[in-house]
Amino acid sequence: MSMLSRVGQIRRCAATLSPALGTVISRQKHSLPDLTYDYGALEPHISAEIMQLHHSKHHATYVNNLNVAEDKYKEALAKGDVTAQVSLQPALRFNGGGHINHSIFWTNLSPNGGGEPKGELAAAIKRDFGSFQTMQDKMSAATVAVQGSGWGWLGLEKETGMLRITACPNQDPLQGTTGLVPLLGIDVWEHAYYLQYKNVRPDYVKAIWNIINWENVSERFQSAKK
Amino acid sequence: MVYILFASDDQSELSESFKTWLRWWNGLRLSPGPLLILVRPFIIWLSKCAATLSPALGTVISRQKHSLPDLTYDYGALEPHISAEIMQLHHSKHHATYVNNLNVAEDKYKEALAKGDVTAQVSLQPALRFNGGGHINHSIFWTNLSPNGGGEPTGELAAAIKRDFGSFQAMQDKMSAATVAVQGSGWGWLGLEKETGMLRITACPNQDPLQGTTGLVPLLGIDVWEHAYYLQYKNVRPDYVKAIWNIINWENVSERFQSAKK
Repeated sequence: MSMLSRVGQIRRCAATLSPALGTVISRQKHSLPDLTYDYGALEPHISAEIMQLHHSKHHATYVNNLNVAEDKYKEALAKGDVTAQVSLQPALRFNGGGHINHSIFWTNLSPNGGGEPKGELAAAIKRDFGSFQTMQDKMSAATVAVQGSGWGWLGLEKETGMLRITACPNQDPLQGTTGLVPLLGIDVWEHAYYLQYKNVRPDYVKAIWNIINWENVSERFQSAKK
Repeated sequence: MVYILFASDDQSELSESFKTWLRWWNGLRLSPGPLLILVRPFIIWLSKCAATLSPALGTVISRQKHSLPDLTYDYGALEPHISAEIMQLHHSKHHATYVNNLNVAEDKYKEALAKGDVTAQVSLQPALRFNGGGHINHSIFWTNLSPNGGGEPTGELAAAIKRDFGSFQAMQDKMSAATVAVQGSGWGWLGLEKETGMLRITACPNQDPLQGTTGLVPLLGIDVWEHAYYLQYKNVRPDYVKAIWNIINWENVSERFQSAKK
């Protein structure tokens, strides 16, 4: 192994083991999270080709561009340059939102997913929507209806403890823009489904319910309630 | 038995769907019983045909509706720059859906207007903007492209580009950059600012129509919704935007420039 890559390895190791040390040696950077399943594991509902492009190209690009935008923002902050900060806001919102949203999304899906949730989440769904089926229909409709690129969300309204269904445009992150805590998101940017479903977005939204990881959604619900 | 004979000096006026219907009808052997049910599609075709040939007659028979314009080239004609598969889906599915949904939205809007229901009118605005914009944008787009396209414009348009951007290359670079930079779905546009007579480059989100939202008259648009390129270029939007310059129909863009200047 060359000297240069060895230095990089030590740096990354230090950053993981010791936050303070990591800060001394290099700024903490955002990184692309690994999937806990293979690219092909969600077939036939989402194809391997889509998963590979979606994760290794689209999400990776958001991560890289977020790091670049944050670096520039730190410089602008250091100089007290408000104009520069404001001009960086779209890039931060877009790439930061893209990173947040996709990081949630990969955990919301599982090859062993589908069916219905249990326990407190199931009770809350029944309480706030009438039934699981009603919630599913409402979320599907809101998600399909997104004009252009965006996401459908099931979120928790902390002030009331109620579950809410809404949609956000582009990569606008749910919590940052609405205050709702994201529990379950459905990506309806065309790159999320087009190679397999073409223009038939409703078929994709219908299929994705087969791979929803309700354990993960329940964990997020429990965390959000605190 | 009822056969339909249709004589026309210009058979190409007949839509493919009507020709298919005609062959089906003449293949049947019918008694007058089912006649009324089967004649209905013919009546609908007749009213659409009448609406095209005679606006006044069309209004009498049926409300004017928006319709999907035909392409002047085959779906495969823009290859290798845009694949046939993309062109077919883009035109016959995406654009067609905007047309259908626009007609539905306009019908509902007419009702709301008739009742003076402002709340209903406002709630219909997104659907009109989205589907109306989609119809306008794609109708322009198909004419902006040609299998014989590419190269550079000539005449007054070329002069205006040089005047307002420095050179054709500078304009192309600026428009490509603005188009690639669209966050999410949208369009890059070359438009005419009527107040100053200057050419402008800008981008619009989703299906927001250029003139309705900015006042600029659209001359050339580049669609960067993912459906416009993903099947062929995947996530590499810049490659698609680079390739599309090979099929730009500068004659059409020049015509639009001349019209806009009046």
